[in-house]
Amino acid sequence: MLRHLIDPLDLSKEEVISLLDLADDIKQHPENYREKARYKKLATLFYEPSTRTRLSFEAAMLNLGGSVLGFSDSSQSSATKGESIADTIRVISAYADICAMRHPKEGAPLRASHYSRIPVINAGDGGHQHPTQTLTDLMTIREREGRLSDLTIGVCGDLKFGRTVHSLIKSIIRFPNIRLVLISPEELRVPDYITEDELKAKNIPFTEVRSLDDAMAKLDILYMTRVQRERFFNEEDYVRLKNSYILTTDKLRPAKETLAVLHPLPRVNEITLAVDNDPRAAYFEQAENGVYVRMALIIFLLGL
Amino acid sequence: MLYIDSIQNGLVIDHIQAGTSMRIYHLLKLDRLDCGVAIIKNVRSEKYGRKDIIKIEGEIDLNLDILGYLDPNITIVVIKDGNVAEKKSLTLPKTLTNVIRCNNPRCITSAEEGIDHIFSLSEKGCYRCIYCDEEFHPSRS
Ligand SMILES: [Zn+2]
Repeated sequence: MLRHLIDPLDLSKEEVISLLDLADDIKQHPENYREKARYKKLATLFYEPSTRTRLSFEAAMLNLGGSVLGFSDSSQSSATKGESIADTIRVISAYADICAMRHPKEGAPLRASHYSRIPVINAGDGGHQHPTQTLTDLMTIREREGRLSDLTIGVCGDLKFGRTVHSLIKSIIRFPNIRLVLISPEELRVPDYITEDELKAKNIPFTEVRSLDDAMAKLDILYMTRVQRERFFNEEDYVRLKNSYILTTDKLRPAKETLAVLHPLPRVNEITLAVDNDPRAAYFEQAENGVYVRMALIIFLLGL
Repeated sequence: MLYIDSIQNGLVIDHIQAGTSMRIYHLLKLDRLDCGVAIIKNVRSEKYGRKDIIKIEGEIDLNLDILGYLDPNITIVVIKDGNVAEKKSLTLPKTLTNVIRCNNPRCITSAEEGIDHIFSLSEKGCYRCIYCDEEFHPSRS
């Protein structure tokens, strides 16, 4: 049966665990997977540039012995000539075996999946979802902490538009005894559809705080995100808020020894360079893990 | 009162909020039906003060889900051989297709023509766009 990954919840909890097990095995024994997707093609349909995510997908497919094709900016593609998503995906279905789509509009990959004859992976749609980043985050959390349950997870920064945060929250709360600490300015709070439908409806303990310092000591995971300039209507608000949520070695002092600091990357200045040398920094591992989970996902969706 | 017995076979859409029957007439596309339709406006009701009623003569198959969303007080009476055969209350439909529109400027529905605006009922009892998860607020549309 044709499967897509549009929303992180398209995968059951059991499927997530088996994907992470597969990703762990790929990381340990990459040589066993070198020919796994031989003669298969991945199309990367990037309607907005995101070099890091695209390269991670392409590396994943190349590591599996497959090949890649695609576009990485809608100004060079048929999208700007007004072709609909539905038409584009029908055509791409004839060229490739699987595709990863990045689009500035929310719901574009879902729309594509309704017309596609090949698996569609959502590689980020507007401020909405980013499920492969979530799998990467889960793999890194499990690798660092040895479990996906009984964790106090702090998410910090832009929680309103930060799609990685929304996807992570929806996924991790399926595991038992998860406590969330939502750390953001008032203007960038988690949207109501997450707090109401997900957290309150499912009785997940959570607190909303305005300061990183208040939360630090109790955290097992600290998930940092970038506060982006383009999310603000005026420069003043941006300048006022951008520096309030910067992680420094000083702020890390009260934190647990076992804390893991995650960040979807690229960072600008929200984590100072000195933190990179702290053993609790896990974000470069996380970037590496992104390739392994995408390899596992390609194997799973192609039924290899 | 009403001349329900004037219909032999058909439907009575009762307890419509007074003044809204024409909107329902158009939403159900009753103007395209090849049968008798009576719109009775602003009649006195024991329960609601004033109400509208629509009576449709003939055996028809209408998608009435939309009514549950528009006005949950509405009741449907099915008339067979001049008698009340069935009374139905309405429930909120699981999905609404092209009934309401997504107003999120970041949503794919705002960027491409011809996409159905589809909303699904959330656990909390509100409607969210299936593309962007934006909640529909009746007051803002
Ligand atoms: Zn929408």
